Amino acid sequence: MEPVKITVSSDPSHIATVRSAVESFGDHHGFSREQSEKIGLAVNEAVSNVIRHGYLGDVHQEIAVTIGMVENDGKKGIKVVIRDHGLQVDPDSIKGRDLEEVRPGGLGVHIMKSIMDEVSYRCRSQGGMELTMIKFLPSARESTI
Amino acid sequence: MNLQDYENENGPVKRIEIDGEKATVTLSNDIDMDCSPDVRVALQVLIQRKIPVIHIDLREVPHMDSSGLATLIEALQRIKRYKGKLVLYGLQNRVKSVFEIAKLTDIFEIK
Repeated sequence: MEPVKITVSSDPSHIATVRSAVESFGDHHGFSREQSEKIGLAVNEAVSNVIRHGYLGDVHQEIAVTIGMVENDGKKGIKVVIRDHGLQVDPDSIKGRDLEEVRPGGLGVHIMKSIMDEVSYRCRSQGGMELTMIKFLPSARESTI
Repeated sequence: MNLQDYENENGPVKRIEIDGEKATVTLSNDIDMDCSPDVRVALQVLIQRKIPVIHIDLREVPHMDSSGLATLIEALQRIKRYKGKLVLYGLQNRVKSVFEIAKLTDIFEIK
């Protein structure tokens, strides 16, 4: 099946639209409802980060989301790619924070990495960042993510 | 924001009821980056008045992201400064799992 491509403006009101699309895609490709909701949360956090850190809250920029299935080493999974034209940062500097320190903010990357099997950033040559996240379908012995 | 008898069916802050030293804030809809600023404003007004006990009813919240968590963490820290109490209740499983991923279930009083 061809990937689904969605382009939205960087307005926070569109986060729910992207999240719903990802959850629906997961539902239709073998993930349980609970798993799809968690994948939707990871994408929610990624899009929020683009708006907050990539575009510094500018609601008129573009965020492109591609949702598809991938197969690596015989394992199938959902692959979500999020591209923006915002500020670039060193991919190695994007880390989840220490949860021992209870404070507002900085939880998004931790949530994304907790839920997804693979999370990788790269700087795009034409500007902006590209985030790729993969979550594999659980094997028969794994019922939760 | 006039909090006494505050009601807004279109939420996210659907209702605020103040009864003596306790305020109950009923939230509804998704609490994400789009809506959490409204929640923050409502809680900050209660906190400025140093309401001793603030309950947050989450039964009608199907989804919360890290911006919602951040709003609640900030509120909890400010309430603790004046020895007040923040109680969350009615968390749907989906919302509860976000608290678990962020390892916040022991930080908040959750009923």
